[in-house]
Amino acid sequence: MTLLAVERIKLFSTRSPWWCAVAALVLTTGFTALVVGNADEEFPATVASTQFGYSFGLAVIMVLAALAVTTEYRFGTIRTTFQAIPNRTAALLAKTTVVALLSLVIGEIVAFASWGLSLLLQPQADLALNSTADWINVAGVGPVYAFAAVMAVAVGILVRHSAGAISLLLIYNLAVESLVSLIPNIGDDIYEWMPFNVANKFLTGAGASNAGRAAEAGAPMSTSPLSPGWALAYFAGVALVLLGIAIASARRRDA
Amino acid sequence: MIEAHGLTKRYGKTLAVDDLTFSVEPGRVTGFLGPNGAGKSTTMRMMLGLDNPTAGRVTIKGKPYHELHHPLRTVGALLDAKWVHPNRSARAHLTWMAKSNRIPQRRVDEVLDIVGLTSVAGKRAGGFSLGMSQRLGIAGALLGDPEVLLFDEPVNGLDPEGILWIRKFMHRLADEGRTVFVSSHLLSEMALTASDLVVIGKGKLISQSTTDEFIARATENTVKVRSPQLDVLRGALTDASAEIASVDDGLLVSGMDSAKIGEIAAANRVVLHELSPQQGSLEQAFMQITGDSVEYHTGLETEAEQVLSATAR
Repeated sequence: MTLLAVERIKLFSTRSPWWCAVAALVLTTGFTALVVGNADEEFPATVASTQFGYSFGLAVIMVLAALAVTTEYRFGTIRTTFQAIPNRTAALLAKTTVVALLSLVIGEIVAFASWGLSLLLQPQADLALNSTADWINVAGVGPVYAFAAVMAVAVGILVRHSAGAISLLLIYNLAVESLVSLIPNIGDDIYEWMPFNVANKFLTGAGASNAGRAAEAGAPMSTSPLSPGWALAYFAGVALVLLGIAIASARRRDA
Repeated sequence: MIEAHGLTKRYGKTLAVDDLTFSVEPGRVTGFLGPNGAGKSTTMRMMLGLDNPTAGRVTIKGKPYHELHHPLRTVGALLDAKWVHPNRSARAHLTWMAKSNRIPQRRVDEVLDIVGLTSVAGKRAGGFSLGMSQRLGIAGALLGDPEVLLFDEPVNGLDPEGILWIRKFMHRLADEGRTVFVSSHLLSEMALTASDLVVIGKGKLISQSTTDEFIARATENTVKVRSPQLDVLRGALTDASAEIASVDDGLLVSGMDSAKIGEIAAANRVVLHELSPQQGSLEQAFMQITGDSVEYHTGLETEAEQVLSATAR
């Protein structure tokens, strides 16, 4: 608990988490307003369409999480940290936990703000959360943000440089995953197991929250064959394995 | 009490620290002296468990750093005053450090007061001058009221007032019975600050002794003699196998102390106008001893210039 308090003080005594939280909220709700505001009779707004913008917030969250680590390397405070807490595993786990919890909270705020905004914009649309799929699609954004933050922290520990870690994360998230499916023959099979595609499966499931409509009415469906529950477990697993590798490396390397 | 035993650090092909063995005693200020690039900072990072030694070990109060419970309460260190997040306030920086080792919050205000930063405690550390950053670093080192203190080049870039403050401060810490280990590349500074010296060059131990011993050994003792009967005296001293060099109005005698010269003069009935021992400069002494172990050899002339410019800085 002490270590969690330490990391909480460190995180909130700088301004970047606040800016990132605001940026995540503005970007995501802004995109939601565009999508939902343009819904019409033919394609009415759905619960899923209120969350199409979640990937914008996701990118911001990963920037926040990577920065939480890389700025420590940049300014040398990681050495002060390891000096105060020689058990590097404990120190880094505490940091990851605090960043992940913050991301979870931001995720929930962003998701419900987007949904609430949609209710105001399209009061006549059926946006009630009246199935498990609906609930997962909105409330699931928090856990996805949290585990994405764990991945970003892990990459930050491994790469150590802000610019390097952030470009790696964003290029991967925004481009590399979807480009994988362009590989002839095996591309689609690999893509099914790419972590962010799988995370999308957790959120959107088989499309129930999108009123059974598929790609033509918004974001494409995830191609992952996993059930939503397993999809989250898989996404979390990838994040935790990355974190394990990162911590093992941090223990071995000179700070 | 710090003990290094066979401490070695290798980066690729370079040996940054080569088989260092020395000990640092409590109740004294021990200087850690060496030219730039001699391996002082690397050694201090290994003391704090930040870098892993390639071989050997270093213990503080008999334990490796990572086995210390709440290490800030045993060891305080200032390795680099810039190791602070620029957007975090001085107080927030000390608060998280205190929290991590279960040090009460009021201690944060105490150390801020000791180093005189109370009035700027809420300001972001990025706006601090070098002197203020050094003070914040020292506040961090003092936070856990530790018995062992490590400072890496604490006076670098400080104005004379700041240097004096730090020097007095270290003496006070040592007088309280603490172990104070402070690195520098300036012998003249260490001569005023430290009572013991660990001298290294190119990662190797050159000597461990008291500062006075080191300086006595290092400075070549010469005696200046003036006399109206110089020629007689020159002959007598040469017979006594002293080395003699002529200066404008007298002789510079080495290899013989002033008492002996006076006796020889008296025995030969020579009148002396001056008989004065000359202290060699500390920088010359330091170069003489570490001269062979400067990391980047560029010939003695440039080396001398480097040392002198380093002193002037």
